[in-house]
Amino acid sequence: MSKKDFDVIVVGAGPAGMAAAYVLAKAGVDVIVIERGKFPGSKNVMGGIFYRKPMDDLIPEFYKEAPIERHIVEQRMWLMDDVSHFSMGIKTQKHNSEPYNCFSVLRAQFDKWFSKKVIEAGALLINETVVTEPIIENGKVVGVRTDRPQGDLYADCVIAADGVQSFLAKSLGLRKKITPNKVALGVKEIIGLSEEQVNDRFGIKDSNEGVTIEITGPFLKGMEGMAWVYTNKNSVSIGIGVIIDDLINHNMNPNDLLESLKNHSSVLPLIEGGETREYLAHVIPEGGYKSVPKMYTDGFMVAGDAAMLVDSIHREGSNLAVESGKLAARTYLEAKESGDFSEKTLSRYQEKLEETYILQDLRYYRNLPELLEEKRYLLTEYPQFLIDAMTEIYTVDGVPKPEKFKKIKGELKSRFGYIGLAKDLYTIWRKLR
Amino acid sequence: MHFLVFIKQVPDAAQVRVDYETGTLIREGVPAIINPFDKHAIEAAVRLKDQFGGKVSVVCMGPPMAEDALKEAMSMGVDKAFLLSDRIFAGSDTLATSYALWAAAKQIIKEEGPVDIFFAGKQAIDGDTAQTGPGIATRFNVPLITYVVDVKKLDPEKKTVELVRLVESGQEVIQTTMPCFLTVEEELNTLSYAPLPYLIRAAKTPVKVLNSKNTEIEAEYCGLKNSPTKVRKAFTPPKRERGEMIEGDSVDSIINQLYEKIQPVLKTMGKV
Repeated sequence: MSKKDFDVIVVGAGPAGMAAAYVLAKAGVDVIVIERGKFPGSKNVMGGIFYRKPMDDLIPEFYKEAPIERHIVEQRMWLMDDVSHFSMGIKTQKHNSEPYNCFSVLRAQFDKWFSKKVIEAGALLINETVVTEPIIENGKVVGVRTDRPQGDLYADCVIAADGVQSFLAKSLGLRKKITPNKVALGVKEIIGLSEEQVNDRFGIKDSNEGVTIEITGPFLKGMEGMAWVYTNKNSVSIGIGVIIDDLINHNMNPNDLLESLKNHSSVLPLIEGGETREYLAHVIPEGGYKSVPKMYTDGFMVAGDAAMLVDSIHREGSNLAVESGKLAARTYLEAKESGDFSEKTLSRYQEKLEETYILQDLRYYRNLPELLEEKRYLLTEYPQFLIDAMTEIYTVDGVPKPEKFKKIKGELKSRFGYIGLAKDLYTIWRKLR
Repeated sequence: MHFLVFIKQVPDAAQVRVDYETGTLIREGVPAIINPFDKHAIEAAVRLKDQFGGKVSVVCMGPPMAEDALKEAMSMGVDKAFLLSDRIFAGSDTLATSYALWAAAKQIIKEEGPVDIFFAGKQAIDGDTAQTGPGIATRFNVPLITYVVDVKKLDPEKKTVELVRLVESGQEVIQTTMPCFLTVEEELNTLSYAPLPYLIRAAKTPVKVLNSKNTEIEAEYCGLKNSPTKVRKAFTPPKRERGEMIEGDSVDSIINQLYEKIQPVLKTMGKV
């Protein structure tokens, strides 16, 4: 190699990049993180739930010092149509004591805190600098070019944690252009309320405890997507993410969708009277396992959203980012021992990911994006049936119960047909194998 | 040559809103930035350093979070950054602040050598007083040139500098001797996109903290108690009414409506 300014260049100061930088800096590696935003977190968006486990492995008991909003003790799942919602969920004291399961966070604050830890560990952080392309010599990635004057940097290895659009992974041909049927557009507002209002409206006793609501169903008019309401300390994060192709085909704009969500009879009482403090939007990679690219080449690894690591079924993303960043860093440390940063050595990174729950989870759901794309009615008609059946059961109108059950059975048959029902169940079972 | 820039960290005024019920400013969640005029002072100092050699020091008085402002200053090409931070400064007005910054500057001169040009922004966007810079200059007893829009000629041998400053009737060209104190306008220069090595050096170089222990600052001139400025009354400007919306089916009809509305005004101006 001709030049070397650092051992490793990490591109992007989100959870993936910072987890990688943290592991490397702790191991005494000379690492620089390059972030395009004004500060880490200034451009980062997610629904608002951060899982404890991967972060706790990195910084034990981080939740005692990090700016978290509430630990989540109740998770609700709503199937919603225009006038009703059918609710399921779990509230458990098992999630109400340390070490907790997950937290609501505001990324602008959380990422800033994380970056402080990374700097304390010994990494250099450079903000407001855009990495424009990889520098390639003899077929190997040897550094990055930035938009700054005298902006070339050289290193043994580049870890690209540059987000869902990952220009680096694309320019190296690792990733194909993402298509609008594989990404969702998420829009979100943070609505300010008082701590007491949040507690009262969500049935919370202690201001450290939090509730999440995930919403899908026929209110989306057949589009594939998910809405959410998460409690922060004195605000609520409310948002909706819908596959971009669906937005185009339904001629819908996400702002209108969010507005109608906010005004829905089930949602409005939770946020009424609150003041919108922030408005955010971001693209969410939803392609699942099949869209995960080859995550390495000579002198180069990809982590987090840049590697399409999002489990949209379980609203997991930031934890996969942290986990992948850690594994990329560990792979580098192994490679450093032999001084060999070739594709062959770095391929261990993807093997490691395959061995963890990250790629195992994504592999399990690998057929789901296609299935749902093909059979959008699974997201509308079954939930609608459930809502209607529950409404029927709970309506006391003089009709005898046996007759009600018969009516529900009849509806099931006329809406789906027993054969259709069996087919759908079989398809889902087969696709998840 | 040695250039010393005084900067202030201020809330981004563009994002500060007024709570019309209580008549106070809503500062919550408003990012802190380097006072915009001060940035042009830094830029001017760095350009002179690039041209004539030497170094640029910068000092900021404020709470520990003001370190962010100093880091940003370093990423613009500043060599040495000092944070003047101590609880005894709390509540200081412009008199007490200019005293403290003067005393801190004397310490910086002790450590880094004599200063040729002191720089500051013409005023801070939060207080708008334009008093602190002149207050420091007076204490140093050096020529003070305010509202500088151009540094025309600097002669390091003769120790003179030629400047253009804004005056009400136009511009004034002034030649003065160094050391001198300049407070600058935004027109002085365009901020440049700093090269990457500056940013890396800023990330690597710690900010030095100055306080009452490592300087000769005397507490009897500092803080709220020793600040003669008293705020007698604060009031909010009237809330601006929402503009009238003109609606119509066609551009022509909208233009006609608009014309009818402004015609009386145009008449009084003698335009129609």
